[in-house]
Amino acid sequence: MVKQAKRKKIGYEFGVQFQLHSMMLPGLLLMILFNIVPLFGLILAFKNYKVTSGIAGIFTSPFYGFQNFKIIFASHDFLNMIENTLGINLIGQLVSIPLTIMLALFINEIPHLGMRNMVKTVTYMPHFISWVVFGTIVINLLTSNGAVNQLLVALGILKEPVVFMAKPQYFWAISIISSLIKEIGWGTILYTAAISGVDTTLYEAAEIDGAGRYRKMWYITLPCIKNTIMIMLIFAVAGIMNNNFDQIYVLQNSFNLERSEVIDTYIYKVGLQQLQFGVASAINIFKSAIALALLFMANFASKKLTDSGLF
Amino acid sequence: MKMNNNMNYREHTVKPSDRVFTFILYVCMVLIMFLTVYPMWYSVINSLNSASDLAKNGYAYLLPREFTLDSWKSVLKDPEILRAFSITTTRTVLVTFFQTLITAMFAYGFSRSYLRGKKFYSTIGFLSMYLSGGVIAHFILYNTLKIYNTYWVYILPVLFGGFYNVIIFNANYKSIPDTLFESAKIDGASEYRIFFQIVLPLSKAVLSALAIFTAVGIWNDYSATLYYTRSPKLQTLSYYLLAITKSSKAAEELQKTMSVGVAANLANVINQSSNYRTIELACMVMAAMPLIIVYPFLQKFFEKGVMIGSVKG
Repeated sequence: MVKQAKRKKIGYEFGVQFQLHSMMLPGLLLMILFNIVPLFGLILAFKNYKVTSGIAGIFTSPFYGFQNFKIIFASHDFLNMIENTLGINLIGQLVSIPLTIMLALFINEIPHLGMRNMVKTVTYMPHFISWVVFGTIVINLLTSNGAVNQLLVALGILKEPVVFMAKPQYFWAISIISSLIKEIGWGTILYTAAISGVDTTLYEAAEIDGAGRYRKMWYITLPCIKNTIMIMLIFAVAGIMNNNFDQIYVLQNSFNLERSEVIDTYIYKVGLQQLQFGVASAINIFKSAIALALLFMANFASKKLTDSGLF
Repeated sequence: MKMNNNMNYREHTVKPSDRVFTFILYVCMVLIMFLTVYPMWYSVINSLNSASDLAKNGYAYLLPREFTLDSWKSVLKDPEILRAFSITTTRTVLVTFFQTLITAMFAYGFSRSYLRGKKFYSTIGFLSMYLSGGVIAHFILYNTLKIYNTYWVYILPVLFGGFYNVIIFNANYKSIPDTLFESAKIDGASEYRIFFQIVLPLSKAVLSALAIFTAVGIWNDYSATLYYTRSPKLQTLSYYLLAITKSSKAAEELQKTMSVGVAANLANVINQSSNYRTIELACMVMAAMPLIIVYPFLQKFFEKGVMIGSVKG
């Protein structure tokens, strides 16, 4: 009797469950097919896979142990590639996180609402433009007769135009500055949201105590948005092995390859251009494993230090 | 009380320093806005400048020196660009519509407290969110499914918006009052009817925010073309632009490596490469134009979308 009553509870009838599951079916199938099934491809890293053997080859081709990993670690491109990946990301984050927070703080100080909204509207915009477009603009700005060279020569900083895109030593700076310009505005959005949630009575109390603008920022705003900052830091640390493929691939050319080859472009070249699937999968696993480990470490550190973490 | 007033008064008298601060702040903000807008302005004016002028005097930096619509005409006449444009447009529309629908529907089922087997769905969902098989695995899969190098490779793999979006939808559905669902159920409405007639109309904000993010992502995407197609007939606008950018770089490299002996041809090559440059810029402006035009109208949705995401994230 009790069981029957339970079954009669609203929502648990067969018909309703059938409807719900049928609504979820397309999404479920797509997720299994395009997200779960490819996970089996990770086995490739430990196999000696031939392209001709098709999908069955993932399972039938002979095990290779860690041979694929050994090939990567022995390759002379490897250290260089890691250096570029870490260099661009670490320096990039070190520059962009403080600058983004600063921009958010100063946007918040703009007295006129209209001006504040205009700054937001304008600085968010580049985020929605693709890297192909933005990268092409960057290339055009930096050519020997482009605006940057014209300006630097006119100011007397440079004696003669420099072909920035063909000089590997400039590549890190180019990629860091261009992504800073493209993303800094959009980056402020979460901080701005956090800042607007700060209790205004705190500021009033501080004003009564005689705190100036910068003291209020330092002692009230920053501590109040600490959690948001920590979350962004965790993401930054976890993404340290991930370059923005879209950006790097557009800006890369045969002259600056020495400083522009990163893990993601390397995977594309080795995997899809040279069809060495085993090696490419091995780099991918190497990268993902480090990223996952870093994510957990950053989360752990953040929990210890500030009591706030992602999970 | 008196002291408080005093403080307030003091605050007002320090106005000069305030004014200086505001002035510097405005100068900085204008500078930042200039930095973000100028690159786009630069490409617009140079796409309207004549190629021969570019070869002679370098890039224009404020206004076109020799105004011409030549590059734009050749872009708009090029059948390949027009095809790329139509592929990009249809792909964006189809994926945005179906992805939003399928994801929203999945999330509705997922959000019901009486759904059986929720554990199963969330396991699959979180697995799909945190782990990825990588490019190679997808390449093999698409080959097996026979969608490699077909139009379908642009559509099928992105029909589901990902579990992260499900979480966002889920949070939003939870905020709809339970009484609405209950009364609909008592009236005998089916789950489909509840979804289409109650839930969707009440979720317009989150629907439009996520749809916009999807549309922008699809419009800008070039990696699907790069990884999973070969045929020039399947080029998207972004990819086409990428190809021009890469090949015009090649033209410039050629120009740099040329010996003095062929200097006679130099002018010709420079002219051609400049021509290429202005066409590249026109093509680029065309690729970015739709986003820039609709952007101001959609801005409030972006913000809303990020807020909704950040509440959960």
